[in-house]
Amino acid sequence: MIRILRQIFRTGIVTEPLPPVVEEEIEVIGAKLEEIIKKRFRGSLTIRQVDAGSCNGCELEIHAINNSVYNCERFGIHFTASPRFADMLLVTGPVSRNMEIALKRTYDATPTPKLVVAVGDCGCNGGVFGESYASLGGIDKVIPVDVYIKGCPPTPAALLNGILKAIEARR
Amino acid sequence: MSILKDAIISALGADAQFRDDYQRPSSTAFCTVPKGKFAEAAKAMKKSYAFLAAEWAAEETPWFAIFACYRWREEYLIVKAVTTMDDPSFPSITKRYLPAYRFERQMHSLMGVVPAGHPDLRPWIKFEDWPQDAYPLRKSFNTSKPLPYEKGEYRWVRAEGEGVYEIPVGPVHAGIIEPGHFRFQAVGEMVVNLEERLGYVHKGIEKRFESMSWQDGVKLAARVSGDTTVAHSIAYSMAVESMTRCAVPERAHWLRALFLERERIANHLGDLGAICNDAAFAFMLYQLSYLREIMLRTNHKLFGHRFVMDRVIPGGVSVDISEHGKKEILSELENILKNFEKLIVIYDESSSLEDRVRDTGRLAPEQARQLCSVGIVARASGLNVDCRLFNPFPPYDRFEISVPVLISGDVHARAWVRVEEIRESIRIIRYILDNIPDGPVSTAIENPAPGLAGFSAVEGWRGEIIYWLQSGADGSINRCMVRDPSSVNWLGLEQAIPGNIVPDFPLCNKSFNQSYSGHDL
Repeated sequence: MIRILRQIFRTGIVTEPLPPVVEEEIEVIGAKLEEIIKKRFRGSLTIRQVDAGSCNGCELEIHAINNSVYNCERFGIHFTASPRFADMLLVTGPVSRNMEIALKRTYDATPTPKLVVAVGDCGCNGGVFGESYASLGGIDKVIPVDVYIKGCPPTPAALLNGILKAIEARR
Repeated sequence: MSILKDAIISALGADAQFRDDYQRPSSTAFCTVPKGKFAEAAKAMKKSYAFLAAEWAAEETPWFAIFACYRWREEYLIVKAVTTMDDPSFPSITKRYLPAYRFERQMHSLMGVVPAGHPDLRPWIKFEDWPQDAYPLRKSFNTSKPLPYEKGEYRWVRAEGEGVYEIPVGPVHAGIIEPGHFRFQAVGEMVVNLEERLGYVHKGIEKRFESMSWQDGVKLAARVSGDTTVAHSIAYSMAVESMTRCAVPERAHWLRALFLERERIANHLGDLGAICNDAAFAFMLYQLSYLREIMLRTNHKLFGHRFVMDRVIPGGVSVDISEHGKKEILSELENILKNFEKLIVIYDESSSLEDRVRDTGRLAPEQARQLCSVGIVARASGLNVDCRLFNPFPPYDRFEISVPVLISGDVHARAWVRVEEIRESIRIIRYILDNIPDGPVSTAIENPAPGLAGFSAVEGWRGEIIYWLQSGADGSINRCMVRDPSSVNWLGLEQAIPGNIVPDFPLCNKSFNQSYSGHDL
């Protein structure tokens, strides 16, 4: 136990108010996120992430916004296991033909406002996988999308920015 | 001296026709056998203790060609048999080799060849709601339109008896992970049987390769499994380079190894944290994912991408490293190793964690051998397999590496293999940075000649990745076979779960951490 405590104190708080690469961006995005989430979502924005056919690259970066450096929970962003509690779906793509039904059902199970954010180049337009017998292309081919986040995969800062755009958009 | 080649010759005699003008690189043996002798070849391989590395089909109009690739230590041998399009059947080798069970279901589903004697020809990756006659890997198949829906039913394996109940999980899981379906039959807390159902992220990758140029193919290979982007890019590039006999500059080889080992460390750090988190030890997750984040940022700063995606190309690499960059990596690694060792002491001393990870999700060495497991899963179950060691691609033939092997086959073993590999990879990176030769980092590469096949095996962080490329009569890609380690290791998870309690499944699954996308393709 003493080792755990020592390591925790030695590591200190690594959560970055100012990450070196995107310094002001994160701070500005974070402050805005927090403000809108407080006002419109009573302090907590709940997200259900759905992988509709991605290569797992976007998932890794979505994991990263939960790590101690980006620490998205400090802005009130929380990932949930059930779409029934979710304010927002964060969908990575392309939508594979075999996931089409599951994605539609997840969307149907989500209560309004049903914000949908398409993540990654493949989520936006099918990316390198394009449209084929097994890939339907971008998320908007199957469910309505509010905001698109480009990048392959998008960086954690781009993800936070996209989430902000989505909650700003539907005032 | 080739054990596998000799075994085939002594079993099949003149029926096995070896060719050395077709398959590249020349170290990969290649022979054609009559269709009827395909299973006999498998029997001879089994007797020589060879593993089945992959089995696949290709359309070489007007035939279907069936391939099986065997591996024993440093040798790879590919056996080919052809069958006519009117009678696309061939002898199944599932009875000799368990992993052929999935490979053959997949070949039957996607190419429409029929493995005669296969015990279970339910569709695999193909769903029951696809049109029955949709065989996407055939040349005549129209890939432009999404497949229509049809009625169909998937026959699940059933367990019956008093108190047996069923838990269906997925495809949309509780966490931020890829989709797949698991069906448990349980009695009380204990799992009696687990059946996997994969294919949800099937994006038609193998078919898509056929419409791409040799140069662009690497972009798709980089996205077969996003967490293994470097290893897949290297494997694809090496297969193309073997076909053109392209001499990749020495410095490019060393840079590729640098990226590969960094990918290994970053993923292992993330996995170790996630394994501990699934045993309710969140402290480790936050500490280790912080270390992982440090690595990704260095990647971004030095190589322009957090996962070093698209930096490996046929003919070399597209980024170089400066003297300053070397220093930055060395100081970064020193910091990571220092913190990592402290955390590992904590992992080792936490008895509550030990209670969860020891003897949980055990894949016994004999099971791993039967399933021809690869990579970390195999090395945690007593199999000493690693392409870096036995089939060293440059620069791994220039220095010695040590590969950890444990025999307990439980969650702890799979975690501990990762711990040892992180230490070894840090040592390898230091060696690479000290000894990397000067020179160019890429060379021009021409397109492969028509009527050739290329092969490569690369040890990614999950295990051995195999690419087999074939050029058609017009010089374009006729077939690109991708075998991610997940294609065989998913079978291991299915075998490791029965006898465990249901709440331990996420922990076991995380310790395997196989790719859904790399499997479904």
